[in-house]
Amino acid sequence: MTRRERTVDVLVVGAGPAGLGAAAGLAASGVRRVEVLERDRDPGGIPRHCHHDGFGTRRTTGGLTGPAYARRCAAAAEAAGATLRTGITATGWAGPRTLDTTGPDGLERITARAVVLATGARERPRSARLVPGTRPAGVYTTGELQQAVHLHHQHIGTRAVIVGDEPVSLAAAETLRTAGVRVVARITGLPPEPCAALRPRDRAPLLTRTTVTALTGRPRLTGVAVRHEDGRTTTLPCDTVVFTGDWIPDHELARRGGVVLDPGTRGPAHDAAYRTGANGVFAVGSLLHGGESAETATAEGRAVTAPVLRHLTTGAWPAGRPALAVTEPLQWVAPNLVGPDGEPLPGRLTLRTGRRLTAPLLVVRQDGAVLHRGRLPRTLRPGSSFRLPAGWLVRADRQGGTVQITVG
Amino acid sequence: MNPTVTRAGDPLPGGPPYDVAVVGAGVVGTAIARELARHRLRTALVEASDDIGNGTSKANTAILHTGFDAVPGSLEARLVREGQRRLTAYAAGTGIPVERVGALLVAWDEEQLAALPALLAKAERNGYHAARLLDAQETAAREPHLGPGALGALEIPDEAVVCPWTPPLAFATQAVRAGVHLHLDCPVRHLAYDDGVHTLTTGRGPLRARLLINAAGLHADEIDRKLGHDTFTVTPRRGQLIVFDKLARDLVRHILLPVPTAAGKGVLVAPTVFGNVLLGPTAEELDDKTATGSTAEGLALLREKGRRILPRLLDEEVTAVYAGLRAATGHEDYRIRAVPEQRYIAVGGIRSTGLTASMAIAAHVTSLLPRAGLDPGEPAELPPLTMPSLGERDDRPYLRADLIARDPAYGTVVCHCERVTAGEIRDALHSTLPPATAGGLARRTRAGNGRCQGFHCGAAIRARVEEARP
Repeated sequence: MTRRERTVDVLVVGAGPAGLGAAAGLAASGVRRVEVLERDRDPGGIPRHCHHDGFGTRRTTGGLTGPAYARRCAAAAEAAGATLRTGITATGWAGPRTLDTTGPDGLERITARAVVLATGARERPRSARLVPGTRPAGVYTTGELQQAVHLHHQHIGTRAVIVGDEPVSLAAAETLRTAGVRVVARITGLPPEPCAALRPRDRAPLLTRTTVTALTGRPRLTGVAVRHEDGRTTTLPCDTVVFTGDWIPDHELARRGGVVLDPGTRGPAHDAAYRTGANGVFAVGSLLHGGESAETATAEGRAVTAPVLRHLTTGAWPAGRPALAVTEPLQWVAPNLVGPDGEPLPGRLTLRTGRRLTAPLLVVRQDGAVLHRGRLPRTLRPGSSFRLPAGWLVRADRQGGTVQITVG
Repeated sequence: MNPTVTRAGDPLPGGPPYDVAVVGAGVVGTAIARELARHRLRTALVEASDDIGNGTSKANTAILHTGFDAVPGSLEARLVREGQRRLTAYAAGTGIPVERVGALLVAWDEEQLAALPALLAKAERNGYHAARLLDAQETAAREPHLGPGALGALEIPDEAVVCPWTPPLAFATQAVRAGVHLHLDCPVRHLAYDDGVHTLTTGRGPLRARLLINAAGLHADEIDRKLGHDTFTVTPRRGQLIVFDKLARDLVRHILLPVPTAAGKGVLVAPTVFGNVLLGPTAEELDDKTATGSTAEGLALLREKGRRILPRLLDEEVTAVYAGLRAATGHEDYRIRAVPEQRYIAVGGIRSTGLTASMAIAAHVTSLLPRAGLDPGEPAELPPLTMPSLGERDDRPYLRADLIARDPAYGTVVCHCERVTAGEIRDALHSTLPPATAGGLARRTRAGNGRCQGFHCGAAIRARVEEARP
């Protein structure tokens, strides 16, 4: 085996908004050798193929399209002095902070003083959702659909059904219309929203309390069989179906490196300083919690700068942090380890719920003691996250048991 | 010699009748074609779909059986035993991935435990002498993640997992390189036998041959009836399977077989040569030969069984779900027979053991040629063939500095989940038997078969397939 062995200060894996944000922040702070590995040909991550605008806050950017946002993130990292290497895949670990890579120039073994994992997330495909039926052509996730339309200009079809009611399902609808495909319906298992008129809407009807029971057709999709909660069934004739949302972190590299996952997010368990369970290995972005916005990912990338700098200086790494966990109907919380440095930036936790909650009472306990009890004066919906101020975290016992967040 | 592979839209070659026409290019038909290619015969391999190995052969459990549990004395028992030896040797020579992981038949109740000694005795009668009984403690030590309640096991150390897609591709590649004509998209609609010549009326016109071999798998009974026989009926037996993520691979060390009961062979858990874990199959008697869909009931049943066998498996992500149809005939053996007066050989009832037995079936069928009125003459050796390395244990191109130095395309990963490079995709698209679809490319390279199912690479792969299309 011939591998070129190299060392860098910080190795960032993944050049999406999070990885590029981290690289930009670290390089700008004076870290000399910051290297970003991107397995794709182009940097930018998911925004590369999101052609709708609204990326970046309008206040600072005026609202950019995804590709423009991707280019801006990459340019910022490079301008700060980070080395951006595309077409390079991190294939595995050769040591605690040593990664093996493959690229057109050959094989390398790169050892870093700190590793920042920013490998992103993917939408669960049809198979992972265990949707029965045939295996026809015409079945997409939003990610594949957007690449097919915007990067490869491929023919899609004529009539489409969209599965899911997360914000990304509206992006899928827009992409389908760009490709000349009629959206027949969107489908969600959730109940209708009481204030649906206030939410962004799509021209296609939204079938609520409805699940997909089978795909039909061979070799091309001919229909999507659905069932309403009340037992009614029908088959929607279509030649295209897009499975949207239901994000799962791309956690393979993390797990192969012995990084422990959080059972809720399925991303690396991490504290407010983005430290995982593995010494010197940080994680940011959608890898931690699929389905957040590109701006959130960029912000986390930026926010990891200070903790990484501190680690490069002191070499310190906390051990035995208590877990921060949620109970049903809450799905996950991030960060999900109680670290030694108090509350997360910017002072709030990110959570998701599996069903709609109106002004829920949230109770936080550790070892029987109540750390926090408060009503969140909002309606919380599945499919998008909410924040919980976390000033109470300072009262958690760093040597104590799991800190549990429940709906009272 | 330029290989002859025709597809929809191409004319079928005229001229004198073929010496032999083989109907069906699954693992059995391609193995027979390869065997015939060793002789001085003009052979046509006729396939209804757009690719070889495109029916039952692409959707099986990918196990290379020892035949320990076959019906002793049956043709199937003999051909599985011989086929395992032949395919094992062939795989080693051509680079077809095989992992000899061994199997454990795990007993979950007293009745199953009591059945193990008889199975051991059956293995002995089948000429397999390496099986042995394990107690509960040893079973648990061998499979630390097994669910609670396993009482013991029968170990079959020579059961192996194999790549299901490369064998038919290798057979067909060798066959067409040695002069066999492969006609794809060529369904047989009618058959007539007259004056020593079969006329096959196909979807692409007539094709004539002096001897007909029926290896049509699920449709073998229909071909048989077209020649006036009524000797067997294929009842498709559907098997649904779930493929779990590669991160589950460390949970299992052996093929975990159920103890067969009156209700059938039951559900197994097995590693795959691609580094995944397979759970299945169901066994559903159907009458629809196209019903290769999965069902909610089937998947629920598999998950329930899997949770018992390997509880932690169910916590892992599912990569794929598929279903295949075994060509069951209601008869516990293969149905291979020569009909001399029609110069016809039927190769029917090749059920779940077809992949293992394929090369032995081919040799057996060739030995029947004289009885069917054709002297094939002396066989010659075929030029050796090396297939691309698809096994997770192989030195795959993305890990080979030498290959990448020669051609950077082998360092350009296109399918990230399966680590398939631009070089491998290009090679497959320009091979002797290039795929017509992204599915065909997946069976040749693994591209698109991974956990993202195309989220990251699906559009890029489709673009490459479409670009290569003539």
